[in-house]
Amino acid sequence: MGSVPAAPPRRRLTFSVSSWILVGIMAFFLLNLAALILGVLFNSFATSWFATALPAGWTTRWYEFAIDSFRMLRVLAATAQISAAVVVISLVVGTPAAYVIARRDFPGKRALLLLFLLPMLVPPITYGIPLATALYKFGLAGSRGGVILANIVPAVPFVIFVLVPFIEQIDENVERAARMCGASTWRVFSRVLAPLMVPGLLAAGLLVLIRVLGMFELTFLTAGPGDQTLVVALYYTVFAAGIRPGQAIDAMAVIYMLTTFVPLLIALRFINPTQMVVRMKREAAA
Amino acid sequence: MSRAATAEPPVPARRSLRHRLAAVGIDRLVLLAIPAAATIALLFVYPFLYGLGLSFQPLDGGGALANYRAFFNDAYQASTIAKTLRLALPAALLNVAVSVPIAHKMRQPMRFKRLITTALILPVTLGTVLVAEGLIRYFGPNGWFNQALLGLGLIDSPLPLTNNYVGVFASLVITGFPLALLIVLGHASGIDPDVEKAAATLGASPTQRFWKVTFPLMLPGVSIAFLLAFVAAFAVFPSAVMVGNPSGETRVISIAAYQAAYEQFDFPMASTIAMVMAAVELAVIAVILGLRSRLYRGATAGGKG
Repeated sequence: MGSVPAAPPRRRLTFSVSSWILVGIMAFFLLNLAALILGVLFNSFATSWFATALPAGWTTRWYEFAIDSFRMLRVLAATAQISAAVVVISLVVGTPAAYVIARRDFPGKRALLLLFLLPMLVPPITYGIPLATALYKFGLAGSRGGVILANIVPAVPFVIFVLVPFIEQIDENVERAARMCGASTWRVFSRVLAPLMVPGLLAAGLLVLIRVLGMFELTFLTAGPGDQTLVVALYYTVFAAGIRPGQAIDAMAVIYMLTTFVPLLIALRFINPTQMVVRMKREAAA
Repeated sequence: MSRAATAEPPVPARRSLRHRLAAVGIDRLVLLAIPAAATIALLFVYPFLYGLGLSFQPLDGGGALANYRAFFNDAYQASTIAKTLRLALPAALLNVAVSVPIAHKMRQPMRFKRLITTALILPVTLGTVLVAEGLIRYFGPNGWFNQALLGLGLIDSPLPLTNNYVGVFASLVITGFPLALLIVLGHASGIDPDVEKAAATLGASPTQRFWKVTFPLMLPGVSIAFLLAFVAAFAVFPSAVMVGNPSGETRVISIAAYQAAYEQFDFPMASTIAMVMAAVELAVIAVILGLRSRLYRGATAGGKG
């Protein structure tokens, strides 16, 4: 940094009181966030921790306790199964639609975009209750299939809005050239587009995975006792906290954090954090 | 590209329909959007309409609007709207108001930008359940926050920050502020810095440059950030139960809907409350998008923005 000779003095000039206030606000926020997460982490390893700065002693037994008494392995297996199914289905369903939206202009395109935008604008708890009611009507609620179906609703539009800019970046001439050489639509997709889209598909898949892992409301409203994902199991454990040691709950929270951190760290390798939340913004303007 | 050729000899009616459709842009390729559209229609639009219909079929009879009347006439139920707005509006306003100047500063090249945005994505990823669990400890009477205030001598006894409005508000800021900032930042980084330089060359002061040039260009992003921040805060559920007072001041509307469905098993009533919730949200979305469409929406950057 600092290779531009004129930049340092000018920046020092603009580093005014208002800048310091903003830096202070930002630092205060990040400090509290770090303390919040570290508090959970420390407590999960604490023998006991009352009104002191640090726990009285350290132990790992709460993890064993959490795994044994919260049926963690079953919860983790259900979480893995549900999230894998949602990722695969939403990619298979969403990718062709993303291609059409990126490449074609057709009557009704705005209505189609609105259809895909609505599940991202309306919060899950709002449509989750009618959705769960409808799933109950067909005997699908309280089953793993019902949880997967519910989680697909926000995932498909998300895949579409993540992939559209990726597809727009692929030169259309590549496809035309393939067609000129006699490739069928399917061959253009499988041999030309799919390899070029791998980074986009990976990003979309990982982001959907993160969202399914963190999706509390829809899973909460549709899951039976055997189909809880980690975040829902964590909620129920906190809810019934009176009879459970707080450290074991935090051990479960740490395990939940780890499951979301790992895909997040991988996703951040090829996605800018601001893009993770603003992909849809451009479509909203359309 | 493959527009219908007009010089061709007359073709049978069926093919000409296909050609006419192709001429307006509908060809077989557009059919690829059908699976996704059908999924959303089946799993989002249909349940919504089903819920809407159900809300007009009250369990105890009394006419189509009986559920809505029951909701609005029962102060305990109707007050959830005000309680939710009292949480969601200040939280969304604060989150967006703080995001704007910070995003404005962060547009300049700065150190640790990547690290800061990465740290910001964490609470968005972790979700409200984990933030609420963390807050119970961190904001609790024995938590670090109260310990620090006591240690600094600012307070004499621990502040009550959980199981009340403050706890839920804090959870809405912790999950909502990063979301708002990342949206505003993502939009603001598309604004060409040359626009401000041009204003500076013409003699505009930093204050004028911000209010007359940058801020109007940021407004479309700001309005979307406010919209998403408000809608997310309006639907607050887990943290209102976990760090709030779910039978008192933070009995938000989603709790009322949940209780109707899963504690009283009155699905028509639950659908009614969900429809009221959706109506408030859609009204806010419509107002903001309506105002937004009147904003300047021209080029803000040389390339893609």
